Amino acid sequence: MANNMSVTLKAKDVNASNGDGKTKFKISDLDFYYGDFHALKNLNMDIEESVVTAFIGPSGCGKSTFLKTLNRMQDLVSYAKVDGLISLDGQDIYQKNYDVNELRKRVGMVFQHPNPFPKSIYDNIAYGPRTHGIKDSAQLDQIVEESLRGAAIWDEVKDKLHRKATDISGGQQQRICIARAIANGPEVLLMDEPTSALDPISTNKIEDLINELKEKYTVVIVTHNMQQAARISDKTAFFLNGEVIEFDDTETIFSTPKDQRTNDYISGRFG
Amino acid sequence: MQRDFSEKFMKYVFMFCALISIISILLIFYFIFIGGRVVDTPNGRVLEFDGGLPFLTEKGFLDVIFGTNWRPNASTPSFGILPMIIGSILVTLGAIIVGVPIGVLTAIFMAKFCPPKLYKIFKPAINLMAAIPSIVYGFFALQILVPLMRNIMPGNGMNMLTASILLGIMILPTIIGMSEASIRAVPDSFYQASVGLGATHERSVMRVVVPAASSGILSSIILGIGRAIGETMAVVLVAGNQPRIPDSLSDGVRTLTTNIVLEMGYASGDHRQALIATAAVLFVFIIVINSVFMVVKARGEQK
Amino acid sequence: MKKFNLTKFLVWGSALFTLGVLAYIILFILWNGIPAMNLGLFEWKYTSNNVSMMPAIISTLITIGLSLLIAAPIGVFTAFYLVEYADRGSRFLRVIRLATDTLAAVPSIVFGLFGMLFFVIQMEMGYSHIAGILTITIMILPVIISSTEEALLSVDNSLRMGSLALGAGKLRTIFTVVLPVAMPGILSGIILAIGRIVGESAALLYTMGSSSGMINNLTSSGRTLAVHMFVLSNEGFHVKEAYATATVLIVIVLIINSLSTFIGNKLGSGGK
Repeated sequence: MANNMSVTLKAKDVNASNGDGKTKFKISDLDFYYGDFHALKNLNMDIEESVVTAFIGPSGCGKSTFLKTLNRMQDLVSYAKVDGLISLDGQDIYQKNYDVNELRKRVGMVFQHPNPFPKSIYDNIAYGPRTHGIKDSAQLDQIVEESLRGAAIWDEVKDKLHRKATDISGGQQQRICIARAIANGPEVLLMDEPTSALDPISTNKIEDLINELKEKYTVVIVTHNMQQAARISDKTAFFLNGEVIEFDDTETIFSTPKDQRTNDYISGRFG
Repeated sequence: MQRDFSEKFMKYVFMFCALISIISILLIFYFIFIGGRVVDTPNGRVLEFDGGLPFLTEKGFLDVIFGTNWRPNASTPSFGILPMIIGSILVTLGAIIVGVPIGVLTAIFMAKFCPPKLYKIFKPAINLMAAIPSIVYGFFALQILVPLMRNIMPGNGMNMLTASILLGIMILPTIIGMSEASIRAVPDSFYQASVGLGATHERSVMRVVVPAASSGILSSIILGIGRAIGETMAVVLVAGNQPRIPDSLSDGVRTLTTNIVLEMGYASGDHRQALIATAAVLFVFIIVINSVFMVVKARGEQK
Repeated sequence: MKKFNLTKFLVWGSALFTLGVLAYIILFILWNGIPAMNLGLFEWKYTSNNVSMMPAIISTLITIGLSLLIAAPIGVFTAFYLVEYADRGSRFLRVIRLATDTLAAVPSIVFGLFGMLFFVIQMEMGYSHIAGILTITIMILPVIISSTEEALLSVDNSLRMGSLALGAGKLRTIFTVVLPVAMPGILSGIILAIGRIVGESAALLYTMGSSSGMINNLTSSGRTLAVHMFVLSNEGFHVKEAYATATVLIVIVLIINSLSTFIGNKLGSGGK
């Protein structure tokens, strides 16, 4: 039984899901290999639209690996092999001639360590849109402002848009990266432990932000921090050794998990 | 997709540029070692080989490499390049004797004894030394060293000793640069352990830190050897350039490099071929030295 | 009682000796060279009276400019391939590296001989600027390749990841994200190459020749400052002019070196 003093559902109870049950990503029988290492085993999952899905589990169990298959960032690893089906809105993203750059426009990513380009804040945000063909400066101005508002950082940086993005604090940098991802107009946001490198105040701000983001985007977040998962996600998947042990509503996972291993992890017996 | 095409295209552009290095080195090898060219002769178009290897096979490998008579324009020409091989070796050896002790000690100074304010002068000074054109060094030696030598030893001052001293000075920045970096790369914990046992600064540096940097220092010496053996223009001004095996330090000497530059302008036929063969021998020396350098460096990094 | 410290004596002595030799060389040349300067040395047309170095200066500038124009893109693109595209450990990669390393080790006289056999004779360019420029281009290629490579490798990989994750593709990532960050390193490689070209004489003597006149076009023979310096030293007639040429060379080298240090500092602050 999960009597977890370590897990508290925050007052801003975010577990009222927005989703209407529509599937954004469907993963069927996914096997993933790094060379000989079988990193993901027979994964099956439906990721729901407009919902925050969290991946939790101990280090090295495949959460980030799986996340990176969803926007085909694993393509960059030459010895990675993907078997099985990952479909976005019903289309297999690994099929031949699938435009991977278009995929990454629709499925944005925020990394664990903030990685803004050493360019101005404006140029960072405008990078995605410019890449995908938007040249009109009025249009870009508008996108930049909307994205920075969407990342809840517009007021803090609106007077320093031409300041170098690497000159601001880590927490602000990460929100710039979120704004940068949003500027592309994605449908999905993949977040790989986005607050693990940040201080508690910045973490708090970003968690609030994620709560707002799910109105417009499907959010998938990998986190080491169980409390975070419990605070902000609607659905949670528990990973162990490359497999999804349990995948359910967050409330269920944290109060009445069905698998003993899930229970053990939640209660801190390992991990 | 438009973008896919330009991505693929540029990849091949980049790859092609990379090929240019390969093509260049192959061309150089070809012209120096094989040298097959189609030439117009009175007998029609003929494929001639004027590279080093054909020359050596034609004139006899031993006769050339170990021959002591270099008389390419005599009525019965002889193409022994042994004097030049020995000249290169001796002059390089001399450079090492002059340059290594001073260079390594200077490197030790810069890494472990130099006050920070002085370092701000030393470091750019060594960089400057590395950047001075060899011809300027050669001219300097011509104006200062040669008259000096003329006064203290027989001959006109243009000899093996002068060349060795000049080369020794020229390879100083090479040796200092790499040795200093290696000494600095030694983990500070070694030094601290030694000092912690009560050893003096000098002892700790010389007995612990410098030995730990020995493979880097060795690499720098090998690099210096490579530089010395490849130097031409400065050496040709002061070495005397007589193509015979020297008996004493005051004898003039010719190296493989100066042999080429002295006669390249007017040599033809067999004579020119002999010079190409000289270049081939030099090239082999350099490749051997370079390979030794790579091995020593790799071994050093493994540790 | 102060004990005589042999080690301290030796290291200080060597260092001061090294510095002293450098100072001596530079001061000696400037001491003799500055008084030897006169306007005639910079006249456009060379005569045996004025022994002008102006043609040599112009030839040097043209050589630097044109050989960089060819070598820099080739070298930078090669480095792009090596760092951004090639599979780690592929055989092709190792071959390219071997070629580049070997090229870097070739002595300049061998380059000169090759240039003469290939460009001057085989390609029938004669002693000409173009033959010299092409020879120099091959010679500086490894310098540009390795410094660009180093600069590219020092770019934080997370920047590449960020760009690719936004759907930018490899090519755009290289040109809009990686290259700007690597630029100081690339520039310092180019400056290094310029330094080498300025100091080079053996590779040019028998490719560009040693004609003393001003360049007419790329097929005319000529000399760079270093070659001019060599000819003057060798002939032994125009010692004063030789000192003046050496002075100009040293000034040029000082400028190039300062530029390099300046960019090196920029690298320290801007880079990663």
